[in-house]
Amino acid sequence: MNTHRTLATARRVLRQLGHDRRTIALLLLVPVLLLTLLYYVFDSDRRAFDGIGASLLGIFPLITMFLVTSIATLRERTSGTLERLLSMPLGKADLILGYALAFGTLAIAQAALATGVAVWFLDLDFAGSPWLLLLVALLDAVLGTALGLFVSAFAATEFQVVQFMPAIIFPQLLLCGLFAPRDSMQPVLEAVSNVLPMSYAVDGMNEVLRSSDITGDFVRDVVVVAGSAALVLALGAVTLRRRTP
Amino acid sequence: MMNSNADAAIRADGLTVVRGGRTVLDDLAFEVPRSTVTGLLGPSGCGKSTLMRAIVGTQAKVTGTLDVLGRPAGSAALRSRVGYVTQEPSVYADLTARQNLDYFASVLGLARADRRDQVERALTDVDLTSHADVLTGNLSGGQRSRVSLAVALLGAPELLVLDEPTVGLDPVLRRDLWNLFHRLAAERDTTLLISSHVMDEADRCERLLLMRAGRVLADDTPEALRARTNTPTIEDAFLHLVDTARREEAIR
Repeated sequence: MNTHRTLATARRVLRQLGHDRRTIALLLLVPVLLLTLLYYVFDSDRRAFDGIGASLLGIFPLITMFLVTSIATLRERTSGTLERLLSMPLGKADLILGYALAFGTLAIAQAALATGVAVWFLDLDFAGSPWLLLLVALLDAVLGTALGLFVSAFAATEFQVVQFMPAIIFPQLLLCGLFAPRDSMQPVLEAVSNVLPMSYAVDGMNEVLRSSDITGDFVRDVVVVAGSAALVLALGAVTLRRRTP
Repeated sequence: MMNSNADAAIRADGLTVVRGGRTVLDDLAFEVPRSTVTGLLGPSGCGKSTLMRAIVGTQAKVTGTLDVLGRPAGSAALRSRVGYVTQEPSVYADLTARQNLDYFASVLGLARADRRDQVERALTDVDLTSHADVLTGNLSGGQRSRVSLAVALLGAPELLVLDEPTVGLDPVLRRDLWNLFHRLAAERDTTLLISSHVMDEADRCERLLLMRAGRVLADDTPEALRARTNTPTIEDAFLHLVDTARREEAIR
C-alpha cells in the first residue's frame, strides 16, 4: 500500500463526482427530504419517528454508497481503466482504499447534513454524541462501498449491477429491525438478521439515540460493522486481477 | 534457428496463449529490437491484441518464454517501464484530459515537480493542449484516443505497446502521430510495438511482424519482405505469404 497513490485515487474519484453536480445534489438532499417526509408521516407519533429516523441515518449511507460504488467500479472494469491501472504500479489496496476514502468523505458530508436537519429541524432527540453518530454513518458508508465494489465483479452491465441492490440490500433492510424488532421475528429470521451487517449498523444508530454513554452494545455494533467492511473489502481485492482471460 | 539477442526489448519463444479453450497464440518465436518502431500487422482476430496483452502482462494463461526489457512479461518492475494503449480509449470520460493525465502520473509515482512538466509534454506530444481542460467524454473519438495515448507517454516508458493507435484518425493526424512515434524511437530511445490491420501503414515501420491465425508469418524489414516475396507492396507480400501458408496447410 502506498499513501500517495491512495490519496491520488481518492482525489480522482472526488474529481469525477465534482463534474457531476446533479449526483452530488441527489446524494446530499435525498436523505434530508426523505427524513422530512417521514417526519410528517409520523405526524401524531413522534416517538416512532425517533426510532425510524435514527435507523435511516444508518441505512442511507450504506445504500447510497453501495449504489455509487457498484456503478463506478463496474465502469472502471468495463472502460478498460482498471486494466490500465493494474498494468501500472498501483496496488490493489491503493485502489480500494482510495474508493473507500473518497466515498467515506462524501458520506460524512451526507450524514452531517441529514443529522443536522434531523436534530435541529425535525426534533430528533439523540441522547448520545453526534460524533458517534457520524462515526457509525462513516462505517456504514465504507461497508456500502465495500459491498458495491465486491458485487461489481459479478455484473457485466449496469442493468445487472443495479439488480444487486434489491438482491443484496433489500433482505438486510427487511431484517435489520426497521419494520419489526429483530427479537420478535421468526427465530430463523432472527438468526439470519444476526449475521447481516446492516442489523448492526441500525442497532448502532439506535444505541446513540437512546444512551448518552458509549455502551458495550455500541462498541460491539461498531466492531461488527467495521469488521464486515474490512472483510468485504478484502474479498473485493480478490476480484481485482492483474491478469484476465 | 534464431540468434538470440539478450538486448532485445521483447523476446518470445514457444509463446502460447489459450483463451476459453481455444489456442489464440500458437508457439510464437520472435524478437523486437530496442529503439525501433515495429509494426504488428494482420487481419482482425489474428491474435494481435492478445499478444499485446501478454507483453504488458494483463493476459492470463500465457505459457512459453516472453521476456520484456530483460524480465519476464508482467513483472512488477516493468509496470512503470512499459506504456500500453488499448484499442478503446481507457481514460475517465468524466475527467478532463489534464485531470486524467495528472492522476495516471501520480499512479506512476512521478514526483510532483516533474509531474506538471510531464503532463504538459504529453499533451503537446499528442497535440491536445488546446483541449486539455475539456471533459474527455465531450471530446471526439480521435481526441479521446489521443488522451489515452498521452497517458501511455507519461514517465517516458522504455517500451510502448500501442493497439491500433491511428484507427479512425484523419490523414494529417496519422502522419503527425507516426512522426511522433519515430521521434520517440530516435530521440528518447523508446521501443514501439504498434498494431494495425491497415497494411499501408506498414511502410512507416522499421520492422514488421506479420500475423495470421495465431502464428507469425514473417518477421523482417518491409524492404526485405517485399524483396523476398517479389511483390511491390506489403499488402501483396502479406497475401503471398498467406497463400503459401494455406498451400502448406493443404498439403499437410
